[in-house]
Amino acid sequence: MSPTAGKLEGRHFRSRNATQTAAFIFLGACVLLILVPVIYIIVYTIVNGAGAISWDFLTQLPKQRGLQGGIFSAIVGSFYLMVGVVVFALPVGIMAAIYLHEYARQGPLVRLINLSIVNLAGVPSIVYGLFGLSFFVLMLKMGSSLLAASLTLSCMALPVVVTASREALATVPNSYREGSLALGASRWQTIVRVVLPQAWPGILTGLVLAVSRAAGETAPILITGTAFTAILPTSLFDQFNALPYHLYVVATQIPNMPKSTQWGITLVLLVMVLLFNLTAIILRIRLRAQRKKWGL
Amino acid sequence: MSIVNLTMTENRTVPVVFEENVAVKMRSQAVSLFYDKVEALKEVTLPILANRITAIIGPSGCGKSSYLRLFNRMNDLIWNAKVKGQVYLDEEALYDPKIDVVELRKRVGMVFQKPNPFPMSVFDNVAYGPRLHGAKEMGGLSEIVERCLRQAALWEEVKDKLKGSAFALSGGQQQRLCIARVLAVGPEVILLDEPCSALDPASTMRIEDLMQELKVNYTLAIVTHNMQQAGRASDYTAYLLMGELIEFGPTKSLFTYPRDKRTEDYLTGRWG
Repeated sequence: MSPTAGKLEGRHFRSRNATQTAAFIFLGACVLLILVPVIYIIVYTIVNGAGAISWDFLTQLPKQRGLQGGIFSAIVGSFYLMVGVVVFALPVGIMAAIYLHEYARQGPLVRLINLSIVNLAGVPSIVYGLFGLSFFVLMLKMGSSLLAASLTLSCMALPVVVTASREALATVPNSYREGSLALGASRWQTIVRVVLPQAWPGILTGLVLAVSRAAGETAPILITGTAFTAILPTSLFDQFNALPYHLYVVATQIPNMPKSTQWGITLVLLVMVLLFNLTAIILRIRLRAQRKKWGL
Repeated sequence: MSIVNLTMTENRTVPVVFEENVAVKMRSQAVSLFYDKVEALKEVTLPILANRITAIIGPSGCGKSSYLRLFNRMNDLIWNAKVKGQVYLDEEALYDPKIDVVELRKRVGMVFQKPNPFPMSVFDNVAYGPRLHGAKEMGGLSEIVERCLRQAALWEEVKDKLKGSAFALSGGQQQRLCIARVLAVGPEVILLDEPCSALDPASTMRIEDLMQELKVNYTLAIVTHNMQQAGRASDYTAYLLMGELIEFGPTKSLFTYPRDKRTEDYLTGRWG
């Protein structure tokens, strides 16, 4: 052994090593703790619900208070709701974000508005429901309708869409804006031609999160537009059925409802949200691929 | 040659030697710039002569970039910036409320310190300005793009990759692309804000050569912290120190016989 051997063996090496191992185990356990419920829910839903899924279940209208027939009216209603949220919340959310980030003079007022919007995202959904009931249903006389429920869910989705869009706009380098403005572009031309194309992936991510959450909500639509019905809505002012609401009624109000039907509805709702997520993810990947092509 | 008395701050009057029969394209008249209460520029009066290259030199933070941005009103983008005094383009006051900033920026183009091509193809980058201002795809857009790329001495290098990303080009090529992009708008004046500070010496030389070609048709103003560059590439030089115009004159005489002690100190590397 050379005389210098052992110099690198720190005195606290052993205890440090032990701490490290303990930390790894602890952190890993935390990850597991998060994963277990998610996996459990998914597996349990599939195991219990898969048996109920059939072509008829998906395409037939409910009969005998949901004991027979399918859940077609609920699927259609939920689909309309998701479309409604995209149609109302996306343009308004993006425009608001553009105003706040690109036009408004950055100062205490804008900071306060931004903070309020972030906080709005945390407001309980039933509060949005009550707001929708008093504002859309009663004050604007929309009645209990698909329109009122869509608008209520859109209000709920807006804070998330605005915040995500604002953050997406903030990631676009200022040098692009300067370059465009210096060429004689107006602010609006600069936003449409240079800024927004760069911000789309971030905006889409926010939209997906917001719509997914809205699709699963029961409380706000319960008091603004749903009915336990087998009739498909034919206008924006009709009442409608939706998956979370149908599930809620079937699970709490109908005696002798087979468990498999309840889990079947849950499974369909999960798959619907997943499909929507998937569309957005594919869109995002394509946008990213395009950006990669430009070397970004 | 004619001698004009130019009034500086502290009411100093400095005689400046000008060539005769050269028009003043742009000029600033006692212009001050404030960021909140901080005075970044102090009553700077300076002419930019037509078809000449005017270099603005000075140490970092002396306000030279801020000064350049007055000429196309890019300082408008900074909320807390306030301008006092006046800037003229062909004797038209730029800080007049009636001025259309979009029109102004078409006539006074700008190239930035860091090459900032858009995330688009080479072609679309050059076509960006003409498209904004109403050029149609069929109406000779590709001719405009080719002419501007040729003027920017870039055509031979990119003619086969017009559809490719602008980011695939080297830094020097990107900066020449940005110059081509400015030319495509049809400006009269081109402002260059340290256009070579992110480039290697070879690319720098190409840009400097290009500037000499461009001054035949355009008026150029360049901000640089590189004194050698100002000495090589400019016809007139202005020296700014802490927001104050210290000296202005033909580059050769300013570099050989600086009249102000502070200019001499800076040129010999003894300032501060």
